[in-house]
Formats: sequence, C-alpha cells, structure tokens
Amino acid sequence: MKADIVIIGGGPAGLAAAVAAAKEDCSLDILILERDSELGGILNQCIHNGFGLHTFNEELTGPEYAARFEAQLDGLGIRYMLDTMVLDVASSSVTAVNSTEGVFTVDCSAVVLCMGCRERPRGALNIPGLRPAGVFTAGTAQRLVNIEGYMPGKEVVILGSGDIGLIMARRMTLEGAKVKAVCELMPYSGGLKRNIVQCLDDFDIPLLLSHTVVDIKGKERLTSVVIAEVDERSKPISGTEQEIACDTLLLSCGLIPENELSRSCGVKINPATNGPVVNESFETSIPGVFACGNVLHVHDLVDYVSEESGRAGRSAARYVKAKASSEGPVIAIRNGNGVRYTVPSFVRVNGLEDDLVIRFRAGNVYRDSYINVLMDGETKLHRRKPVITPGEMEQVILKKEDLASPPSEILIEITEI
Amino acid sequence: METRELTCINCPLGCRISVTMEDGNIISVTGNTCKRGYLYACNEVRMPVRTVTTTIKVTGGEVDRVSCKTKEPVPKDKIFEVMEAINKASCKAPVAIGDVLIEDCAGTGVAIVATKAAGNV
Amino acid sequence: MDNSFDVIIIGAGVIGCAVARELSRYDCSCLVLEKDEDVCCGTSKANSGIVHAGYDAKPGTLKAKMNIRGNEMMTSLCEELDIPFKRIGSLVVCTDEANRDGIDDLYARGITNEVPDMKILSADEVREIEPNISDDVVCALYAPTAGVICPFRLNIALAECAEQNGVEFKFDSAVADIRRSGGKWIVVTAEDTYECSAVINAAGCHSDELHNLVSDRKLHITARRGDYMLLDRSLDGFVNHIIFPQPTAMGKGILVTPTVHGNTIVGPTAIDTGNKDEAPVTAEGLAKVSEGATRNVKGLPLKQVITGFSGLRAHEDGGEFILNEADGCDGFFDCVGIESPGLTACPAIGEYMANMVSGKLGLKLKETWNGICKDVVKPFELSAEERAELIKEQPEYGRIICRCETITEGEIIDSIRRPLGARSLDGVKRRTRVGMGRCQGGFCSPRVMDILSRELGVPLDSITKNGGDSKILIGRTKDEG
Repeated sequence: MKADIVIIGGGPAGLAAAVAAAKEDCSLDILILERDSELGGILNQCIHNGFGLHTFNEELTGPEYAARFEAQLDGLGIRYMLDTMVLDVASSSVTAVNSTEGVFTVDCSAVVLCMGCRERPRGALNIPGLRPAGVFTAGTAQRLVNIEGYMPGKEVVILGSGDIGLIMARRMTLEGAKVKAVCELMPYSGGLKRNIVQCLDDFDIPLLLSHTVVDIKGKERLTSVVIAEVDERSKPISGTEQEIACDTLLLSCGLIPENELSRSCGVKINPATNGPVVNESFETSIPGVFACGNVLHVHDLVDYVSEESGRAGRSAARYVKAKASSEGPVIAIRNGNGVRYTVPSFVRVNGLEDDLVIRFRAGNVYRDSYINVLMDGETKLHRRKPVITPGEMEQVILKKEDLASPPSEILIEITEI
Repeated sequence: METRELTCINCPLGCRISVTMEDGNIISVTGNTCKRGYLYACNEVRMPVRTVTTTIKVTGGEVDRVSCKTKEPVPKDKIFEVMEAINKASCKAPVAIGDVLIEDCAGTGVAIVATKAAGNV
Repeated sequence: MDNSFDVIIIGAGVIGCAVARELSRYDCSCLVLEKDEDVCCGTSKANSGIVHAGYDAKPGTLKAKMNIRGNEMMTSLCEELDIPFKRIGSLVVCTDEANRDGIDDLYARGITNEVPDMKILSADEVREIEPNISDDVVCALYAPTAGVICPFRLNIALAECAEQNGVEFKFDSAVADIRRSGGKWIVVTAEDTYECSAVINAAGCHSDELHNLVSDRKLHITARRGDYMLLDRSLDGFVNHIIFPQPTAMGKGILVTPTVHGNTIVGPTAIDTGNKDEAPVTAEGLAKVSEGATRNVKGLPLKQVITGFSGLRAHEDGGEFILNEADGCDGFFDCVGIESPGLTACPAIGEYMANMVSGKLGLKLKETWNGICKDVVKPFELSAEERAELIKEQPEYGRIICRCETITEGEIIDSIRRPLGARSLDGVKRRTRVGMGRCQGGFCSPRVMDILSRELGVPLDSITKNGGDSKILIGRTKDEG
C-alpha cells in the first residue's frame, strides 16, 4: 500500500492535519489510520459545548465540531481506514493491522503523529485501598455515559480537577447522580476556570483544594472513600481524614501523551511535555515525521489543537513536495522564569509562516504578572496577565517580520510585579 | 451599590468581570475583553442562562442514545426541568445534526436539537 | 445421588487446580468447589510470579522438597500447558560486608537441598550482568534455575487441563460446613450438599478454618499481606534477573524482577493482618516497597508505576507446608500453609497429594489422559504467514481492543468461549492480559464489557469486575426507574 502522507489517528488533530495538508496540495494522497470504529476521537464523547469559537466563530459541541471536519474529507479526496491499529512507524513507512487487511505496511513520504493522549490511571497514582468496581477514569465514565448510555454509579467523588473531571461532575449531576466532592491535590485547580463556574458552582458541588483520596473501601463495589487535606509537600495531614460514602470514584488526574509509537521509531521526546521535540513546522527530530495535538503536548482547547495540526498538516504537504528541510538560521526558544515548556522548542527561520505561535505552560500560579518575550536579551513583548495558572495554556504570537533579522535565542518568562 | 465578581464562561479565556449595580440597574461592567462577555455579565446578574447538553433516547437506530443540546441557552433554574423533559422523550432514527427533536422543551420556548447523526439499523 | 463424588477439592487456586490435574489421571469422579467466580482469585492471582531455585527452605522440610521438585517439573509442565515461563536466574544480593556469611550459608543450604548450578558472584561479576545494581554490592548468590512465570496462565491452564480430563468445577460455592456421615464426607455450600470419599483442603488463607471444622488438632493461619508495584514495560531490560535482598525471618524480602511479560515488578512487603478476605494496598506498604526496591537497584524509575496491588500469603504458625491426612480424619487431606514457594511447588504438591489420595482410595490410572492444553491463540506471537491466515479466517483477530498490550477481539472471544471461560472483566484480563498495560483498561474496558455482554448473552449492566456484587454499571441513562 502507498500514500504520500499517513496520518496516525483520526481525532481532532488528525482530521485538521489531513484537511490542511489536502488544502495545501490537492494532488497529495492522504491516508488517515484510526483505531476506533469512527472518526472524531475523543470529540465523540465530549457532547458538551464550548468548542469552535476560534475555528468556526460559533459555539459547538464535540460531535458537531468533529463533523465539520469530517464533512470536508470526501471533497478533498482524503482516505481513511477505521478499526485500524498502527503497530510500527518509520520515516517512510507505517505498519498497521485491521480485520480486512491483516497486518499491512503503507509506504509514504511523510507521517503525522496524531495519537492523542491517555488518562493517568488509578495504578499510577499510588492511591491506597482495595480495588473494587466503581473506580473509573473520568474519560472512561464519559464514554460509558455519553456513548454507551449507561450510568457508572449514583453517588460520586471525583479526584482531580482536570477539565474532564469537572465536565463529568456536571454530566453525572444532570443524569441524576449526586456528586459529593471534587478533591484536588494541588492548591489550585487543574481545569479551566469557566468549567469550575459552570460545572461545579452552578450545582453547588464543593471543590476541595489541597485534598486527596487516602483510602478506597469496598470489596466488590466501592462503598466509600476517605479523603484528607494535604500539606505543601502534598502529604496527607493526619487528623484531617473524612470518610465519604459513595459508589463511584472518578479520576481526573492528568493526561499522558501516547508516544509509545513515537519512541519506538526514535523520535526525540521532551521530558517536560512527554511529547516529541518539534520545530516551527511541527516536525520531530526525524525528518518527515510530524506531530500535533495532544500527542505533542496536552491542550485545554480543541481549537488550538486544530490550528496547530493545520500547521503540521501544511508542513507535511510542503515536505512531500520539496523533500528538503529548510536550511538557514535557527532560533532556540528557551524557558525563562516560571515557564515549564514551550512548543515549538526551536524555530528555523526559513520554515516560518506569517505568524509564529509559541504555546507554553506555567509551572505555578501567578497573579498580576507579566509575560515577557526577550530576543537575545532584549525585551520585545511585555504583556500583563491578571492570572496565569498551570491549568491554562498560554501563548504569544510573533510576526515573521519581527524575526527578519533573526536572534539566536527567544526567551519566554513570567515576572511578578 | 453592590459589585458582583463573575468568571465569564463564554470562552476558555475565562475573563474575570466585575458588574456594579445600583437598585437593580447595571452601572458598570469591567474586565470583559469582548462583547459576548459584556452580554454574559448582564445576563448573569439579571437572569443567568445556560446551554444544556445531554443525550436523548433513539428508537430504530444503530445506537439507542444520541447527543443533543438546547438550541439556545435556557434559564439556569430550568436546567433540571429541561433534563426531565429530554429524559422522558425519545426520537426516531435516522437523526441528522441540527434536527429538532423537541420543539419547545419544558415551556422554555427553546428547541432541543441533535448534535450527532444516528443512522438506521 | 448426583452430588456424589470420589474426591472434592476445595479451592481453585494454583494448589487445588494442580491437585485436580494430577488426580484427573486417575479413574475417579472429582469436583472442585471455589468460593469465587473464577479460578485464580486468591493468593494465586497476587504474587511475584517467581519460580524459586530452592536454596531458601530449611533442608529436609516439605517446603524444600516441593520447591526442588516443583522447579524441576516446571519446564515440561509449561510446555504441556502453554504457560509463559523464562528461567532468567536469581541473585541474592549482599550489600554489607558484615553479611557476607549469610550468602555462604544460603549457598551451603542450596547445596544440601540439591539446587543445581549455583555460584557466588563477586561484585564485579554482578555488575557485569546487572548494570543497575546498587553500588554497595559486595557479592551475590546466583541461581540460574530460578525463573519467572505467568501465575494466571499457570493456574488457569492447570484447571483447563483438569476439566478436559473430566474434573468438574463449581464456582461461587463457598463451603459452609463439612461433616462425616455414613463413612462419607458431607460438604455443604449455600446452594448444595455434596458427598465424597475424600476431601482435599486447598482453601488457601481459609484452609485452617476448614481443617478445624473436622479435626481436633487445630491449625492457625495468619494472612500475611504483600504489597507490590508493577512498572511499565518501557523499562524492559532495566534489570535482567530476579534480584532479592538477603532473607529475613519474615520472608525473602522485597525483590525486583522483570515479569515474564516484560514489566518490572517490585515487592512484596510482609505485613501480618487479621483480614483474610481483603488485601488493601496501604501508603506504608507502598513506601516500604519503594524503599526496598531502591536499596538494591539504583535509579529504578518508580514513577513508571502502572499499578499497585497486594496479595495474602497463608502463613501457618509452624511455618511449614502441611500436606497430609488430617489427624483422626479418614480421607480428609490438607494442603495448608502454602505460602512461598507455593507457586513453584504446585506441580510437586499436585503429584504428592494425588499419590496420597489415589493410594488411599485405591484409584487406577486412566487408559487415556490428555495432559496438553493450549493457551488462547495470540496473533502477535505467530509468524506473519500464520497471522495473515488466522485473520483471513477469523477477522476478529485483526481487531485490536487493548492498545497497550496489543490484544485482539479474537483473543477476548476465545477467553470467554473456552472451557471454564471468563465471565468477568478480570477473568478476561487474566486470560488475555487485556487492560494490564499502561492505561489499565481506561480505553478498552467498555469494549471488553460489550464483548462479554454479547458473548454471554447478558445485558451490559450485569457485567462484573470479578463476580458477586462487583457490577461495573448501575443501569441505563434516561431510565425512569
């Protein structure tokens, strides 16, 4: 089998990358390989609204957002295979399996990694206690409720205030369950502020910051959890334990980019994001292998995934056409004070489009602070932000002309007033 | 004079908006960064509204639940009445995105529309 | 009476099933009663998965004899029953010059027990084969015959083989009473009453309770909990052998080893508990595991943990395997106090007990007996040609359900349809490894539930995690009730 570009994953990133690549060059043969039985990925179970304000200038639900992209595939001649699991990736071939082709290899000129992320499971959290039924990651529960149409339980405690956890607090409440508390280990929420307002505050669901689950009880089905306050080192404080009767514990404790395939093909991984190191074109350390969406770094907003993936798709299309990677000056992007990581990690000036979007996350909560962009030590941008939190991705946009005489380094930092 | 601090829920920016009111009249709105934020703040202090998103039963389809939403936001205090009406209802496959599944849900005057397609068996 | 058997075995763990398989060579009727919904639900499902070389046990004890014989039998047993098993060898590591004598003593004990091919390695020799060993290493006892095995497949395969040779199994059947009547044993469960000529008590942590129902000479078991951490397969090669600290009175200590499937396992603790039915992981337990693991292996990335679990060992006060006819109880045979090296010893215990029971009842060997039993077909262990052929004939072997462990729908269907097949999520997991990877079933559990529901012909919301009241769902959305 042959294709010009193979896109691994047909979720929001894969769809946007495919559509953008085809629009860049309509002669390209683009193939999406999707492991699930439908395109759209996690959007299918995200039936809540809030998607699309940037991309389509209107507010859509997840399935509607996915459908907007899917509707473009046929017209653009983009091929896709469902129920197809990729087993191995190299720069010029992808090996996959499905029930009609068996194990097969697609020879290709470029690959776009769009595998998304997975949730951190209970086991990785070292939560003490028994292992009864009734403990779910928030995303698994979301699938069960929204796609399968089944209720996982009726009295719920949620550990972690990631967005899926917050969204599920509201969803379970709407379906008649009682959400007793959302516990967050950190002193700040991991989710978007607006989700705290419309998913917790609207329904009087308490958010307990600096709290965690210290015991899980129930031999067969969950009967209760014990929660406790934690100190500044995240250690439970003895004497603060309280037992909450519940039949369901949902976990929303972080997302992990699914880079097993990337690692096995030798792509360099950034330990801060757990995703590939990429340049301005979203190209990884292996020429012709691109990455975008949550496999690259975990996003809060699908609109940003689409935008970034569009860039990756266009880059892949150009790569197939030109075959040569952009020579010329390279600008390093450095993490300054308070910045955990940036995407991209470096910029090749000749690969720039009109805008260079640099996305990053803060390592802590900052109030009344500035985001500064320094080029070779000289401040080029100084922007005030009332609140910066690790749970909300930040961005700065630089113009190509700002980089006309390229600096050797761009530093992004957060400074307090 | 009273001032209410709000977090805008229109988009993920989550702007912190202050609304100052006197005798039930809005005197000032600050902190919003767009017109939608202004409207949200005004609504939120007078009559807060929310879009409800959920699923509805489908008969004769390849699936037996399909996702749906209120076409417009409904008053916040009507959310559970809207849910109850949707839970009691069911629609027939096939369903296309945007199909009106309930004309006037729970007396709000707002329609329920499908947000995903559901084919026949 | 239909409920009459020559032999009733109580407990479908690795010991009960090993005895069942050996007894199935004989012309007799045999029933296994199990309190849980499946085989391999107690101690057998939560242990280190180690086949011990045999230098630990005190010479002359049944523990020593059964360990050595079990280890010897394991290679052919695993071939016959298609059980993943690798003899990767073990190292008992000494990290303090003052304790060097302990290694010499262990070596001497191993020689007395007739453990083959042991060597004492110098610190450099240890570093050579284990680059991540502690810098404090002084020397180590190396035993090449130790190995790692899949404890689930071992237990399940023993049961499947017994079943194909005529042994019956009844699940969800906790024994409530045993009494003697008319020269027979009467075994009572909540639903049924059975009679038999011989009872084999292989009830793990509860075996003392059953014994004490019939015998005046009382036994006492303490459930000794062991906590473990299982690390991601991406660490494959971080350690290459089973790495033990030097043993103490409480056991062999916290080991670090690759599992037969390429994960790294760390544990167990040894914490005596009054609760024989529940084995909660505790924060203290996990802390001890972390501390113990990093003492012998430097830089072990415990952050790569994918799950923690704990199991209970049945420790009898005497500290010895009890394998005999109970005092004053004609035809009531005990397998009591089977703690480590119980997994290693199980084939030997099966053989030993079957000899004892067949002698007592005068059983004759069957003319035909089939000791071969194949595991679920795994398409990714086949050659490319074989796999292509399989997927062509049965397309469900091309549909991946578990991404992390690359498990197909075909394997899941097989695990449900085969004799003594899976009836719960955990049952499928133990038979196929579905959900045992880094996402711990986050993606695949709803799909496995769908397949279970379809194959068993039951509604989705009746699917359980592991039987009983462990239902995963409580009902439909939009349900009036």
